[in-house]
Order: sequence, then C-alpha cells, then structure tokens
Amino acid sequence: MKACVVVFPGSNCDRDVARILAAVTGKAPHMAWHGDTVLPKCDLVVLPGGFSYGDYLRSGAMAAHSPIMRAVIEHARAGGAVLGICNGFQILTEAGLLPGALMRNASLRYVCRDVTLSVERTDTIFTRAYGNGEPITIPVAHKDGCYFADEATLDRLDGEGLVAFRYHGAGSNPNGSRRDIAGIYAEGLRILGMMPHPERLADPALGGTDGAKLFNSLFAAFR
Amino acid sequence: MFNPNELTTAQAAKGAAMKARIRVTLKNGVLDPQGKAIAKALGHLGFEGIQDVRHGKYIEVTLAATDAQAARAEVDRMCRELLANPVMENYYFELEDA
Repeated sequence: MKACVVVFPGSNCDRDVARILAAVTGKAPHMAWHGDTVLPKCDLVVLPGGFSYGDYLRSGAMAAHSPIMRAVIEHARAGGAVLGICNGFQILTEAGLLPGALMRNASLRYVCRDVTLSVERTDTIFTRAYGNGEPITIPVAHKDGCYFADEATLDRLDGEGLVAFRYHGAGSNPNGSRRDIAGIYAEGLRILGMMPHPERLADPALGGTDGAKLFNSLFAAFR
Repeated sequence: MFNPNELTTAQAAKGAAMKARIRVTLKNGVLDPQGKAIAKALGHLGFEGIQDVRHGKYIEVTLAATDAQAARAEVDRMCRELLANPVMENYYFELEDA
C-alpha cells in the first residue's frame, strides 16, 4: 500500500499517523506539504489531526482551500481512499467531500479521553479487521467535534449505511454530536472522516491496539 | 490643510474602495452552546429578562471596486465559498464606500 500524509501548518498528528503507517506497510508514507499542488500516485491519502491554520475562521476552513486539496479532491474523485482524522474530518466536511459540519462541543470544553465506539459495518476497506463488530476503544481529543447535519442528511447517512462509528453506551458521547455520530463515509465507502484518533491507540505500549486494526484493514485492502 | 474632497489625479486613478460589513450567524435550530453560556453569564451579572443569545461573527472586507453591483456579487461569493459554512450558518452584509 502506498500512503501519503498531508501536512498543514498546525498539523500535529502527522508523524503519529506516519509512524503507524510505516509499521503496518513496511515503508514510510510520502509526506505532502499543504502548498504542494500534486500528490504522488498512492492508494491512500491521510489528512491528520491538529489545528491547521490555527483553526482560524472555522476548524478546517482554511486547509480545505489550500493548494494540495485540489489534488486530494482529484484523488478522491478517481476512487482513491481518503482518511480524515479529527482536524482531517473537519477539513473533509469543509471541502465538501463529506456532508455536514463539525461544531463546537456542546460542553464548550476540549475533551481528551478514551471513548468506546461501535463499528457500524465491518465490510469496508477501513474496518474489515474489526471482524466481530464488537465495540472498540479509541481516544478523542477535540473541542470542535460535534457532528451536525440536517435531519434529511442524517436520515440519508443512516439509510445508506454511511455512518462508520458511533459513540457507544449511555453518556459516552463526548461532544453532543447528532445521533452519536463519531465518523462517516462518503458514498462509495472510500472516504472516511472520524473524530477519534486511531493512530493514538495503535501500540501495546500505549495501552491498546484497537486503532491499529483500521490501518491493518487498509493494508489488507491495498496490499 | 488636508481636504478629503480634493482628490489628486493619482488618487482618483487608483479607483474607489468599498467596505463590506459581513455578519455570520448560526441558522435557527442549530445548537449554539456559546450563546447559551453568554446568556447564563449575563444572568449571573444580574441582567434580567434575557430570553436568548445567539453568538456569531463579524467580518470587514475592504476591496478595490467602483461598481457596487459587481462588488456585491463578489462578496456574496466570498461568503458562500469561505466566510460562512452554509451547512450551519447564514450570512448578511452591507456595502459602503470605504
């Protein structure tokens, strides 16, 4: 699998995700700068977590219009896989690759803790290693993670099986997102945006490996 | 003494500037936790009768333009493409000579 990680000014999880990609695939991913206008040919583009452009105006709004995003959109239109984590999810919605928006947490607080997620389907390139469909544990770390979309969009996401992850269990929703949504797919199931950080719980030394399975799934899909 | 009405030829040639005063607000029905927190704080300060507070953004854009209609169309596009997110926000703006 050839992977590419986009680095924006203010990204801060780019190296974490590069590390797990290197561990899983056996080769370091290409790191693309936000000002680049072309992407090398690759299977997967990752938009990492962080605070691109200082979250100015709205989280992800500036990054969504940076030069590299034209190439990311072309990659996506050609059927390439795209994974947006946290700020990457915000960027994907601002760029129009995913519906809805990520708003300020209902608590107004920055929340950084492990959450339990239900894996809504295990037949996608991102989730096939979560074979039994049991809840998984992955940390969140965000202040603008409250997923919002109008009722018609939410019904469509539910109806078409485009919800990827939901916060699982009473009181586990850390941000007040609609319908406990933690991650969604675009039509075609090749683009995934999620607020939790799988790259942060992908090594036994860090207390768990549930996050690693997402990268294992991708590796199996593009091997 | 400086008289703003006496523009030099060079200044006039540069063309006039216009200022757009843009307000971005959350759509009705979209949860506004910041507005709720502000309403609560106003209550703590002793202000009575606060029914609702909605929190938004104010943006000024000064642009070189002489044709108000073209400037209006340009600012409208700025709002749609970047300054507001139509998923959850509305925008309004006024144009005036800068």
